[in-house]
Amino acid sequence: RVTGLGLGPSSGNLVVVVVQLELVTVRDALNQAMDEELERDERVFLLGEEVAQYDGAYKVSRGLWKKYGDKRIIDTPISEMGFAGIAVGAAMAGLRPICEFMTFNFSMQAIDQVINSAAKTYYMSAGLQPVPIVFRGPNGASAGVAAQHSQCFAAWYSHCPGLKVLSPWSAEDAKGLLKSAIRDDNPVVVLENELMYGVAFELSDEAQSKDFVIPIGKAKIERPGNHVTLVAHSRMVGFCLDAAAVLAKEGVECEVINLRTIRPLDTDTIEASIMKTNHLISVEGGWPQFGVGAEICARIMEGPAFNYLDAPAIRVTGVDIPMPYAKILEDNSVPQIKDIIFSVKKTLNM
Amino acid sequence: TRVVVASRTYADFTPQATFDIKKCDLHKLEEGPPLQAVLTREEGLQYYRTMQVMRRMELKADQLYKQKIIRGFCHLYDGQEACAVGIESGINRTDHLITAYRAHGYTLTRGGTVREIMAELTGRRGGIAKGKGGSMHMYAKHFYGGNGIVGAQVPLGAGVALACKYQGKNELCVCLYGDGAANQGQIFETYNMAALWKLPCIFICENNKYGMGTSVERAAASTDYYKRGDFIPGLRVDGMDILCVREATKFAAEHCRSGKGPILMELQTYRYHGHSMSDPGISYRTREEIQEVRSKSDPISLLKDRMISNNMASVEELKEIDVEVRKEIEDAAQFATTDPEPPLEDLCNHIFSNEPPMEVRGTNPWAKLKSIS
Repeated sequence: RVTGLGLGPSSGNLVVVVVQLELVTVRDALNQAMDEELERDERVFLLGEEVAQYDGAYKVSRGLWKKYGDKRIIDTPISEMGFAGIAVGAAMAGLRPICEFMTFNFSMQAIDQVINSAAKTYYMSAGLQPVPIVFRGPNGASAGVAAQHSQCFAAWYSHCPGLKVLSPWSAEDAKGLLKSAIRDDNPVVVLENELMYGVAFELSDEAQSKDFVIPIGKAKIERPGNHVTLVAHSRMVGFCLDAAAVLAKEGVECEVINLRTIRPLDTDTIEASIMKTNHLISVEGGWPQFGVGAEICARIMEGPAFNYLDAPAIRVTGVDIPMPYAKILEDNSVPQIKDIIFSVKKTLNM
Repeated sequence: TRVVVASRTYADFTPQATFDIKKCDLHKLEEGPPLQAVLTREEGLQYYRTMQVMRRMELKADQLYKQKIIRGFCHLYDGQEACAVGIESGINRTDHLITAYRAHGYTLTRGGTVREIMAELTGRRGGIAKGKGGSMHMYAKHFYGGNGIVGAQVPLGAGVALACKYQGKNELCVCLYGDGAANQGQIFETYNMAALWKLPCIFICENNKYGMGTSVERAAASTDYYKRGDFIPGLRVDGMDILCVREATKFAAEHCRSGKGPILMELQTYRYHGHSMSDPGISYRTREEIQEVRSKSDPISLLKDRMISNNMASVEELKEIDVEVRKEIEDAAQFATTDPEPPLEDLCNHIFSNEPPMEVRGTNPWAKLKSIS
């Protein structure tokens, strides 16, 4: 709880204002989201490797098995294709599963079930068969886990109609988006970030409520600005804010947009921002080719905001290589704050 | 002039008879299904009719495909009728079923009408999936398709079974796959989880001896598909005898419902057509083999012979049914060829469930299409 001090509105006297903010880590926010939704709807259940008795490989599901038991929190064998398919089948037959992939790298084993069994079924059945399922887990680069454990799947999943793809950054994002995903009657992929799990954020009163949801498909302007639009998702949002703080000292005001949802993409918010700032830089952790930034740039080219650009829209991305192990190499494989600052200055011809 | 001989009354027919059926090979089971089955006249007539509808529907689809009125993939089920009809007679309507792409027969037994099945094949708005799914993606209540990816339906089926157990309604899921799919890794993953969690799942391998053009001997190190569930008890069943299939299914259903967990059935059956309409089906097997099955093991003939020789129905009566069935199929084909195609407005609908209308990008940036739930 944080208590604040403030000056009274007209009298100028010192007034004690109690502001109920809670510091919550992303991990705990995800945990709260699942706990609340499990309590709210008995059709919701969680399955995945180590989610029950181990409290979750990354402790995201800590305490849930103790509270809800074997029926609702299910440890699976190491059988991604099998248990993802089982989860989809359960969703087809009336339950609301949360299917955890220990990391999204392992979802590649099961990707057929996500796309062909989950995403496409409502369409193929012309509306007869909905699939209310959530696939969640950590996505993208971690720290020192090397190439097979560091891939970002935002672009691959966002390519496919029939899926919604979310990418939370803050604790509020994590809680509100995961709750929305669980309540959504469609297949939703929630791309979390392992490096963000331990980061604490202030959670407002509103965000602490059991019915707090964040609408899917709406980006959030984390920081308003007039000179350049920075669009990012997940961990890179924080990097953009840090870059913006540095640039502010030089008089450059960045508008930082937190996408929150990758599919459907909130093009309107990005366009409105560009019409104000005239400059666009998208920032992502994933590879450049056919990535999230590539899609954003293509849409801007095709829309009304193009005429407002004073410079080509550019992308800051991960380096186009498999992720190396050595720290110095890994650090230089993903965007750093200095890369964002450099790109802003280049775009603004500074 | 000729005098019309009075037709036989129903009182002349045997109301029911008991038939010996083949013993099933057993795996990790102390005892199997009974060696005798009781068939009533009503049941016999119903099974006969349903199998005949299925047969003629598939043959009509063959015709329409050759006329290019049906396009794409079309995997026909003729020869295997005893499996679909036998299974349905061994479970409840409230149970669940999922199969692979050779699915027209199951769509019928699970409640689809011939009209809406055929109209789906011809891609019309009156199709069971409004023309959006096609041959491999037909759905009905408690019937989860129709699945195009070989083997993917098996984990799905176990998931349905998990939902059955979770919801405590004493329902089970019949989960079908072929001899070709039986070598898919995800099926073994599913066996493991189904057994571990005691899911009420009847795994059924429809062994029609060929996975596309590959015979079972060339595809599987062990062709004892009923044993390949290892720790899951199994039985090998004569899939051409509808009574055998029915009794085995009842046995399997009882096993599941008593909480013992999953069970596996291998149905030995045969398809007269090739793998699909693009496969003549004679490059990897002989015409003689096909003819042999037709003459000695045809499921419809087997039932017909049983009923006639036990005075459970007359030849004329069955001929009448044939005539009715032919008409039903003709009507359905007529509908399927005259019903209009889906409207273009429907193109982008049904992307998401329970969602406000949204915009979908068309083929170019100016094409903004509308999508409704």
